[in-house]
Amino acid sequence: MKKLIFGGAMLASLLASTAAFAATDLTMWYHGAGNDVEKKIVNTIIDDFNKSQADFAVKLEQFPQAAYNDSVTAAAVAGKLPDILDVDGPVMPGWAWAGYMAPLTVDPAAYAKFLPGPIGTYNGKVYSVGLWDAAVAMVARKSVLDANGIRIPTIEKPWTGEEFDAALAKLQASGKFEYPLDLGMAWKGEWYPYAFSPFLQSFGGDIVNRDGYKTADGSLNGPAAVKFGAWWQHLFKDKLAPGTSQSPADRDNGFAAGKYAISWNGNWAALGALKAHDDVIFLPAPDFGKGPKIGAASWQFGVSATGKHQDGANKFIQFALQDKYLTAFSDGIGLIAPTPESAAASINYKKGGPMEAYFGLSKAQALLRPVYPGYSVAAKVFEKALADISNGSEVQPTLDAAADEITKDIAKNKNYTK
Amino acid sequence: MQISGSKKLQNSESTGWLMAFPATAIIGLFIIVPFLLGFYFAFTNQRFISPNPTEYVGTSNFHQLLDLGVLTLEPERDAATQEIKKDASGAAAYPTVRSLTRNNSEMPYYDGMREWFSWHSGDNIKVVVARDVVFMKAIVNTFLFVLITAPLQGGLALLLAMMINQKLPGINIFRTIYFMPVVVSIVVVSLLWRFIYSGDNGLLNAILGFFTFGTFKPVDWLGNSATALPSIIAMSIWQAVGFHMVIWLSGLQTIPVSLYEAADIEGATGWQKFRFVTWPGLRNTAILVLVVITMQAFTLFSQIAVMTQGGPVDATQTIVFQAVQHGYAKQDIATGSAISVILFIIVITISLIQRYLTREKLT
Repeated sequence: MKKLIFGGAMLASLLASTAAFAATDLTMWYHGAGNDVEKKIVNTIIDDFNKSQADFAVKLEQFPQAAYNDSVTAAAVAGKLPDILDVDGPVMPGWAWAGYMAPLTVDPAAYAKFLPGPIGTYNGKVYSVGLWDAAVAMVARKSVLDANGIRIPTIEKPWTGEEFDAALAKLQASGKFEYPLDLGMAWKGEWYPYAFSPFLQSFGGDIVNRDGYKTADGSLNGPAAVKFGAWWQHLFKDKLAPGTSQSPADRDNGFAAGKYAISWNGNWAALGALKAHDDVIFLPAPDFGKGPKIGAASWQFGVSATGKHQDGANKFIQFALQDKYLTAFSDGIGLIAPTPESAAASINYKKGGPMEAYFGLSKAQALLRPVYPGYSVAAKVFEKALADISNGSEVQPTLDAAADEITKDIAKNKNYTK
Repeated sequence: MQISGSKKLQNSESTGWLMAFPATAIIGLFIIVPFLLGFYFAFTNQRFISPNPTEYVGTSNFHQLLDLGVLTLEPERDAATQEIKKDASGAAAYPTVRSLTRNNSEMPYYDGMREWFSWHSGDNIKVVVARDVVFMKAIVNTFLFVLITAPLQGGLALLLAMMINQKLPGINIFRTIYFMPVVVSIVVVSLLWRFIYSGDNGLLNAILGFFTFGTFKPVDWLGNSATALPSIIAMSIWQAVGFHMVIWLSGLQTIPVSLYEAADIEGATGWQKFRFVTWPGLRNTAILVLVVITMQAFTLFSQIAVMTQGGPVDATQTIVFQAVQHGYAKQDIATGSAISVILFIIVITISLIQRYLTREKLT
């Protein structure tokens, strides 16, 4: 009898251990440490995934955003990348080029209905997909625009460049604002290329020539770019917008406090603006000639190239792309739900929802930042050029120098081909 | 038995090495190896993230940073009379630097160079062009910072040290107050001074406005290329002055009181006592303070990174800020290393000159 019990226990423990062995552990890295809402949603997805099948068990490791990219680079050098990576859209080509990431094998049907922004494609292959997108719009008050006789632009008929300048002049002449326009110059870093390169693209220029990504000459310093530069400089020279020394506090509260008439800001700040005034409207980017443009792509999920269980990592990403999770992220942190269904189910982006306009903006105007591995270098060069021009640096030589630096970087890295 | 055992331990050379091992290994791994790697990377095309193998590129990183040239711009002349063409206001027209340095196959060396500064020489304009104008400005700004900071900070610290080197009640409170900024992180101090210097509602503008009864026009201290570097210099002097004050103080307290008593008996004035007793007694302290301030000033970085990011229009670029910008932000480890090597050469040269000038002269 004793023997039987012992044998049974052996058998039971053997079964239990094989069950445990059957589920392969997958590690996942996420950039949102410190944000409880994000952590909760990510953990919900992971728990649901782990319960839905028995082959893989995903484990979450979180990093603060500021240290995230460095941690990935360090892990790549040490050969310790996680199975599932979280990556900022414009950084993805760099990581794919460096061999950190593998193309996804997720069924394309899973993201067929997505907005274009959250899908990270490099060299014709999809490497990452995001559960949300972000968008930028001009935040303004209807009463202010009406009082100054300014037409309210629509996605179908946005302001032209002249209309935009005329509107700013009228708002300045009203004398009710410190500055008519707040561009967010206090937000140094990725905000500059993300928020301001679409203006350049609407003028007909670009950070780099996207045809082959071999040079920036002619794109960043051509006639269209110089026209953009002159317009950009006049915003600051004519005191239409606060420059690089704008304080971060003014950036965050200036529109609510009535210091600025129009604020060029992301959808993440929209809820705050809606709380401050009851007649807030979100206006599409102006059209400077080549169509209105805004930046696209936010954080996305991808699979590491060195992971042993890429099939499992892909399974998880496919699982995470369900509408209910897209809606959960949108409701939780105010980001744009990327499919029509998930947007319709969300609090902010449903029909009649307070931020509905952003979904349309993202769909109609979004343009990805240059998709090539040298983007992070080009972004820094572009940021400095814009800061210098806003501070009175001569336009043509400044853009020449920036274009040269970007072109040289491409050549130095053998055109970023392997 | 015990005695002979400990003797064995004392005489054993391997034990000595074993005990020195942890410190040697850490210093080697974190100071000597990175130092040598920096020299190595400066001659390669090493990148932060790249699938390409590292290649030796010779001195091209240094050329990229340091190449200079002088262009002479001649005014446009009338083809027939050779007279200088003048516009309505009487100004002559000159070709642009851009027209000479961009896609100009006649002068390949100057390709991509930009104007650093220029001056009139007769009818012509001489333009000094540099391949990396930003780095040139960074070098000039760094030297300016060192030249102003070193004497001012050292002198102010000495003044403070002499003031608090008195036996007065409550003098420790002053010592603590002067030393406080040294203890606070430089990043926090920089953030606070950003508020003080703020253009619209900063403390400095408010104070100046108050004392001039509102006639003072607010200045955007950090957003103006004329005031940005002086603002950072002032704040940096204030921040580290307490540290050097303490070093001066230690020097002051090594001077024997009997020397001052002797000077009093001789009827020396206050100035004579300083000139002939205090100053000679502080000789070694002065050398230390000078060398330390110079080396610290050359590595100016945190204030720039927090307060101005090198702007406006490169008015506050510095060598170390450029090294970090290239090596980290733009992922170009090779150029960042080359800048560090240049800085190393500058600092060691100046330190050697200082050593030579302040050497013990044998009489």
